[in-house]
Amino acid sequence: MKAEGKVFKYGDNVDTDVIIPARYLNSSDPKELALHCMEDIDKDFIKNVKKGDIIVANKNFGCGSSREHAPISIKASGVSCVIAETFARIFYRNAINIGLPIIECPDAAKAIANGDDVCVDFDSGIITDKTTGQSFQGQAFPEFMQKIIKAEGLVNYINEK
Amino acid sequence: MGMTMTQKILAAHAGLDEVKAGQLIEADLDLVLGNDITSPVAIHEMEKMTVKTVFDKDKIALVPDHFVPNKDIKSAEHCKCVREFAMKHDITNYFEVGQMGIEHALLPEQGLTVAGDVIIGADSHTCTYGALGAFSTGVGSTDMAAGMATGKAWFKVPSAIQFVLTGKLNQWVSGKDVILHIIGMIGVDGALYQSMEFTGDGIANLSMDDRFTIANMAIEAGAKNGIFPVDDLARQYMNEHSKRPFKEYAADEDAEYDRVIEIDLSTIKPTVSFPHLPENTHTVDSIDDIVINQVVIGSCTNGRLDDLRCAAKILEGKKVAKGLRVIVIPATQAIYLKAIEEGLVQIFINAGAVVSTPTCGPCLGGYMGILAEGERCVSTTNRNFVGRMGHVNSEIYLASPAVAAASAVTGKISQPVDIGM
Repeated sequence: MKAEGKVFKYGDNVDTDVIIPARYLNSSDPKELALHCMEDIDKDFIKNVKKGDIIVANKNFGCGSSREHAPISIKASGVSCVIAETFARIFYRNAINIGLPIIECPDAAKAIANGDDVCVDFDSGIITDKTTGQSFQGQAFPEFMQKIIKAEGLVNYINEK
Repeated sequence: MGMTMTQKILAAHAGLDEVKAGQLIEADLDLVLGNDITSPVAIHEMEKMTVKTVFDKDKIALVPDHFVPNKDIKSAEHCKCVREFAMKHDITNYFEVGQMGIEHALLPEQGLTVAGDVIIGADSHTCTYGALGAFSTGVGSTDMAAGMATGKAWFKVPSAIQFVLTGKLNQWVSGKDVILHIIGMIGVDGALYQSMEFTGDGIANLSMDDRFTIANMAIEAGAKNGIFPVDDLARQYMNEHSKRPFKEYAADEDAEYDRVIEIDLSTIKPTVSFPHLPENTHTVDSIDDIVINQVVIGSCTNGRLDDLRCAAKILEGKKVAKGLRVIVIPATQAIYLKAIEEGLVQIFINAGAVVSTPTCGPCLGGYMGILAEGERCVSTTNRNFVGRMGHVNSEIYLASPAVAAASAVTGKISQPVDIGM
């Protein structure tokens, strides 16, 4: 499994309120949520994001609320992977459970710049910045997490078992 | 090597004699919780499952509280979805408008959370029940769905930070100041993936409402859970509110902690978190004039009876500053009723505040007190992220009920001593 796309880069503590503001949580439709993804931190994100693009951020990405709407809106916006120094724990769980690939890699998170073209190999955990030629070793997913992501989420994975 | 209090509860629920930090386990659940925002997503996920029934209709709590009474048509549809699911599966603990309250104030009050439980809730502030000696943690909707279907959840066993609390809080200093002080010290990811285990003889000097507030905001330091030992006050609370038997766990004497932090409660001062992170703390005595437009007293963090009593004591016989909006939100119907009986509601209304039915409302920028561009709010809620209470260019200052009430009188961030109390 691989992901490749252009990078949207953010800083520390990107919280779930800026990923998907609560004023839109009266909907649970992924397409509708995607229209407002990252709105309060980056108004142009949804205009510019293309299928396959990658979000890179520093520490504690996804802190705050338990709203699964946050990874749902990111996935529905077309993002193929989120790379960060660290993730908040509920966001981490939610992303795996809905089948949004995420990967912790402090070196990559620090080095990769906005707009770079990046490729992620989930089997090996290797992250390659094609713009700069640098490579980074991210944490590879344990097998059961890869299976959940391939099944597009925990529910399908449980059903398939 | 000994186990922490959290590890002992998790081991017992996983059928294991011992667990270690980092170990992946599957634990039996005593309660699965959801609200009107997270439950519809969970219900939709459950519909996709091959399992079509809930594991135990008595061990699920559904509490529409975020956007209720329904704020708009879409919210009404979400609540309808939760209500229909509750009826279809005959869920014992479904709380309709009129009986509902803010989930984390309501469930302990209803006796649904007791010491020794393992509880997951599709709401990040589910960690509140650690005040009673339970392991409780926030999860997302898919975990909630799997929990409702199977009665189990997987966990990575957390390591812990031990907080040794000594001494006694000064007048007008409360649990909110303690937890803001701690978050200011360790940061919003200071306890990431860890338990915050509170110990020490200072705990005996903290009321139950103080402990609920402290455990409630463990998530704002990134923690998996916050937990208090069970003492006479906690036993008394559970005996008064619950018919369920509870089980007390205590950390082993040789339990291993990643860090030990000692805090003398008598040194803590009224504290405020500046925008836009709970870790941006300042003591009120150290700040310049900050003029405000709104005060909110309520939420799962600070909408309990102690909080309302404290605010009323400060507002009694005084008036809200000109041009300021003050919104008081009792967290449950029982708290609301008690506030009426004790004359607190009259004090708030006479002072010029508005008193609302229980709702999470403004805390997450839902409704009932949204901020315009450039406006500032002193709020007893738990998060001050960008845009959390309204416009992306509005500001939230997190504070205790005492600071919020004093600020309501002066129209700028103040503490009770500033108005001669």
